[in-house]
Amino acid sequence: MGASAATVPGDRSRLERSPVSRLPDQVLRWGLTGLAAAILILLGYFFIRLIGQSSNTFSSFGLSFVFGNDWDVSRNIYHGFPLLFGTLLTSAIALIIGVPVAISAALFVTELCPRRLRGPLTILVDLLAAVPSVVYGLWGVFVLEPRLLPAEKWFASTFSFIPFIGGGTPTMPNYFVAGLILAIMILPIVSAITREVMATVPAEDKEAALALGATRWEMIRMAVLPYSRPGITGGAMLGLGRALGETIAVVIVIGNAPVIGSHLFNQGYSLAAVIANEFGEAAATPIHSSALFAAGLVLFVLTLIVNLLARRFISRGQHGHRGTGATGVSIGVSAPQ
Amino acid sequence: MSLTEFAPISPARRRRNQLMRGVLMAGTIVALIPLVLVIYYLIHKGAGSLNEKFFTTDPTGNFFGNQGGVRSAILGSLEIVGLASLIAIPTGIGVALFLTEYGKQTRFANVVRYFVDVMTGVPSIVFGLFIYIVLVTSHIGGNFTGWKGSVALSLLMLPVVVRAAEVVLLLVPSALREAALALGAPRWRVISKVVLPTALPGLMTGSLLAVARGMGETAPLLFTVSVAFGATANLGAQMNTLPVQIFNDIGSPNTTLNNRAWGAALTLVALVLIINLIARAVARRSRMA
Amino acid sequence: MIPPETNTPDAISKENVTQPTAETTEMSTTGRSPDEERERPDLSALGVREGAGHTVNVAGLHAYYGDQHALRGIDICFPANEVTAIIGPSGCGKSTMVRCINRLHEEIPGARAEGSVKLDDLDVYGSGVDVTSVRRMIGMVFQKPNPFPTMSIFDNVAAGLKLTGAKREDLRERVHRALRAVGLWGEVKSRLGEAGTGLSGGQQQRLCIARTIAVEPEVILMDEPCSALDPIATLRVEELIDELKERYTIMVVTHNMQQAARVANSTVFMLDGEVIEHAPTNQIFTNPKDERTERYVTGKFG
Repeated sequence: MGASAATVPGDRSRLERSPVSRLPDQVLRWGLTGLAAAILILLGYFFIRLIGQSSNTFSSFGLSFVFGNDWDVSRNIYHGFPLLFGTLLTSAIALIIGVPVAISAALFVTELCPRRLRGPLTILVDLLAAVPSVVYGLWGVFVLEPRLLPAEKWFASTFSFIPFIGGGTPTMPNYFVAGLILAIMILPIVSAITREVMATVPAEDKEAALALGATRWEMIRMAVLPYSRPGITGGAMLGLGRALGETIAVVIVIGNAPVIGSHLFNQGYSLAAVIANEFGEAAATPIHSSALFAAGLVLFVLTLIVNLLARRFISRGQHGHRGTGATGVSIGVSAPQ
Repeated sequence: MSLTEFAPISPARRRRNQLMRGVLMAGTIVALIPLVLVIYYLIHKGAGSLNEKFFTTDPTGNFFGNQGGVRSAILGSLEIVGLASLIAIPTGIGVALFLTEYGKQTRFANVVRYFVDVMTGVPSIVFGLFIYIVLVTSHIGGNFTGWKGSVALSLLMLPVVVRAAEVVLLLVPSALREAALALGAPRWRVISKVVLPTALPGLMTGSLLAVARGMGETAPLLFTVSVAFGATANLGAQMNTLPVQIFNDIGSPNTTLNNRAWGAALTLVALVLIINLIARAVARRSRMA
Repeated sequence: MIPPETNTPDAISKENVTQPTAETTEMSTTGRSPDEERERPDLSALGVREGAGHTVNVAGLHAYYGDQHALRGIDICFPANEVTAIIGPSGCGKSTMVRCINRLHEEIPGARAEGSVKLDDLDVYGSGVDVTSVRRMIGMVFQKPNPFPTMSIFDNVAAGLKLTGAKREDLRERVHRALRAVGLWGEVKSRLGEAGTGLSGGQQQRLCIARTIAVEPEVILMDEPCSALDPIATLRVEELIDELKERYTIMVVTHNMQQAARVANSTVFMLDGEVIEHAPTNQIFTNPKDERTERYVTGKFG
């Protein structure tokens, strides 16, 4: 391609371009294409191997691996519903707490705060994503858990009439602490996506609201929130994906009891936590290993679905309005990981 | 008839506006509280463990007596993340180059983009399982080894590098490419002499953010590197790493070891934050240029 | 160029014939004849207006974008119930000037304004004045038709009314009246629940005008309201502007000198952030006092 465009006068070597000198171009082109293809193939291969390793479990336990309520290593029975329950419950807590806070922070930063504060606040919220999950676990187990316990006790006895939430005696590691830690961990990604989506709200929409005599909040309600709703949903789902798959922080604070806890402040387990925790002892028992791989597979498929849905929401939010080819929010880059 | 006043805004609307402003500000503060608390406790509980021995001795594995420091963990983390970066950064930039220079909007390129995005959402523990199944259970080059951890981490870092690199490569003005091509430069020279140098600061930022991410990951290392006490430069052996060391020290019922976890966590967070801030500084400078 | 209007004049008259019952009652109240070729703006739908129109006085107005001095001491009087056109080359500060009148200018980061803008005797920049109240009384129509993309036609017009808590029945009535006033009722009455962005450009712009007048402002600012429209849609908006001046004081920023000549009672010529000349439109175009105005209106620069 480049070779045929050689038109510099006096540069003879360019004019005499031989097929040999075009070789680097071809090598680069096909090398890079091959690299991209190799990654796809590798991902496919990994996925197939994971299915292969967990097939033993599914043939032994069938659907009760997912829906059965009995995870007993000593009897080699692996019915993983308590794990799935823990994963879903802690993720739900994370969303309920994390998403409103994340949206507030995004709205405040994009629409309300003084311009000088915008940059620093953005960086600070993003820095939450830079803290490694093992550190959140450390802080959660030694600082948050003991300090939260009295509040949890008060809450459980005050609201004892609410099933599942109140009534029980809070234990030290519990679902709620795990969910709270997860809320902190998903906050930056949800906030970042929300912020980016809000930045794409057309200025003319916001001005239209202001020109009608809307207050700042009314402008947000009228122009910003409706326009960014799909993107915010997508951001929340990306956060959900993160929460579902988070391992180390949850292992440390959830209590690792393979039963369905009787209340919110009780110990439990999660899919990711069980893999990290039992992986060592499982190496000796093929069916146990296989059950852990199967847990990984369920987790993988779950996060995959959530992430694909999230992508759809976000891209719909980008292109659904007024047909302007607004700049897309790329999930991978700007969102802190 | 002349106007006497502007149509007044109702007190309820004014109050609502003030209230919501307060709520959103409170939300922002709530969002920042964990960061402040985590950093406060890291310094409060971790700074005490930081002394010369902490950085110069390896953990001994003793429950009582001399328990040692975290030298091997720091070195192991640097080695493993270093190798992971050597894998992920060139590969990621290569894939990004394919996407921007050759693939563009072709079907195949869009499939690649799609799956790179999918990779960002895969939990790190799943990458650990992948490598465990493919490399550890097959006993290729030993069971648990440092380089297998690097491979697992590189899978996590790859999508971060690719997406960041694609964005900055797209920012290179196409006029610049065309100018070079019009002068008769072959495409590979245009890429190496024009595109990559122009995009360099952005590529560095993306790569550094990926490194920071890889540095803090624990789960994939559990399945691939396992753990060791001593320091080693041998990536073909089991190694110690900061996140895994912290994880194990948290689980210990020994307060001294718990304290070592705080010190190690402070060290880890400091490393990650420094890399992050450098990345941001690079990004800011290149944006100004 | 044929405008992408979904309802051509023919379609409307046909619609009127096929639905005689509902339409005739509507028509008797609005005084419209079914044989009319197309719907006319019907300001009487808005009811009798109390009091006279209001004058806007701009004095010593300076505006800045950061360090950039965009307006350098503007003095203009906009007479009540008249259309004043503001013309001038790109970047001369026309838009900035009207955006200072409803204090939208200050929403741009780093932008500020000094000087005085008065609506009759009320100081728009007075201390203790709430910007939302100002904007309530000084409505604005933008360059690009900007109905809220997530709202229906009805909700777009109702958007401003809902802010002040209009009740349901009243709300519907006022939305219908505003749509009649801009001559859009016949075209949209069967699809009030559809998205406002589904309308043609000209319809969207009239929808935005309906949204503005629904809250019954005193003044309407129009920032190049026809620059995104085709000639036929432009004509309809111009006719509407002509009708609207019965009730409102109107400023129209325009690039199009013919448009100024067609709609405006008086015209302001601006250059480099200053007012060069303000005179009856006729005079600006036929016998301008200033040489620069003459060069601009005769197309010698700008």
